[in-house]
Amino acid sequence: MMWRRRQLLARGAAGGSALLLGACDRVVQQPEVRTILFKGEDIHRGLQRALFDRDALAPEFRPEQMSPRFRTNGTRDPGTDAYAALRAGRFADWRLAVDGLVARPLALSLSELGAFPQRAQITRHDCVEGWSAIGKWQGPRLADVLRAAVLSDRARYLVFTCADYYGGAPYYESIDLVDAFHPQTILAWAMNDRFLDVGHGAPLRLRVERQLGYKQAKYLMRVTAVESLAGVGKGRGGYWEDNVDYDWWAGI
Amino acid sequence: MGATAIRRHRLATRLWHWLNAVAVFVLIGSGLGISNAHPRLYWGRYGANFDDAWAQLPRFPAWLTIPASYNLAISRRWHLFFALVLAFSLLGYLIVSLLNRHIQRDLRLRRRDLAPAHIAADVRAHLDLRFHDPEAPGEYNVLQKLSYVAVIFVLLPLVILTGLALSPGMDAAWPWLLDVFGGRQSARSLHFLAMAGLALFTVVHLTLVILAGVGNELRSMITGWWRVPE
Repeated sequence: MMWRRRQLLARGAAGGSALLLGACDRVVQQPEVRTILFKGEDIHRGLQRALFDRDALAPEFRPEQMSPRFRTNGTRDPGTDAYAALRAGRFADWRLAVDGLVARPLALSLSELGAFPQRAQITRHDCVEGWSAIGKWQGPRLADVLRAAVLSDRARYLVFTCADYYGGAPYYESIDLVDAFHPQTILAWAMNDRFLDVGHGAPLRLRVERQLGYKQAKYLMRVTAVESLAGVGKGRGGYWEDNVDYDWWAGI
Repeated sequence: MGATAIRRHRLATRLWHWLNAVAVFVLIGSGLGISNAHPRLYWGRYGANFDDAWAQLPRFPAWLTIPASYNLAISRRWHLFFALVLAFSLLGYLIVSLLNRHIQRDLRLRRRDLAPAHIAADVRAHLDLRFHDPEAPGEYNVLQKLSYVAVIFVLLPLVILTGLALSPGMDAAWPWLLDVFGGRQSARSLHFLAMAGLALFTVVHLTLVILAGVGNELRSMITGWWRVPE
């Protein structure tokens, strides 16, 4: 008799747990609940920015600590005619547009990017899925490029437009000025001491080392300074942010 | 009924218990959902598909994950929000419990508690389903103390700090986190193991609540009042 009661209780506990898990799924459909839950991103960003050094450097590693094989992710090849043509010309005709809220819009070739002071760094790339790979990146600091373009005081965000398409529109990402002017934020044209390959984003990708992998936009075509993200894409600052609720600030 | 009742749990203890229970529940569910995105565990600084994994985890079924259908973004939203609840409620509880001397009075392990004969006697008492010292029914028994101390001072801090080590922003702010745990992928493995420890504790804890009498135990953690068993 006693034992049956315990079995019932145990089953009740398991059933109750399933009910509660189901309740989580129902409750998250409520816009108010969603708003509160999604505030977590702002709280984490606010706490990290308020409590710690905004220019703190991501850990850097020694050459022997690098991943033997750095996997690719996302687009492996943009596959458009325009990209294929640029690639066939070894990106001699490729230019990075720097525009928007800048006094001097630029169109930079790879050799012009190579003429800026260079930064090389061995850092860890953390995918939102959970894996990590360590590789070496080299390129000019984004801060130096933005100074050359004379960024307006009204600019608050940098939007990166890419050559690869997702759902009919170019992949894009964005960061704010804290990360744009961080000393490790570079426009990388080299990986592991070679030109970037197509799988890893040739000819140029963003490295913003204190955020997750989906922020490291590949196949860069354009950097646009804007005052607000509202008019860009669906307004949430990136392809994944717009379409599947990923955090815009991916520092956690 | 009609036996003596005592005030067993302070308000701060009860409040934290329930906040923590909700947070652990949501964090395990959403964490298992996140695990499904890349169900491999590694030791060291890096680890991805081409590297050696020490564990290949099963795909956790829909009835264990939040949300039920795979959605990494929403799992992460739940996880990162309730991570704040877990960490700050633990911090508040620890501060209050030092001030009201709950830790020093009720959780401190004394030398006589840890005498092998005393522990052996308590194990036998548990097997006989006797959980309370008739001399001092309001005190935790030694196995209770050991498991609460392990959860409050080892597993929860471990799961919080290894969680922080997974944040690339925190790794810049507190690089020592990576030194302590031996790299981000080691921290991720330890995060999973600490979760498994907390899940095991929860199962044993709920079983013992049932064996000790759900009504009385549940009431004591809600109202504070606990009836002393005859």
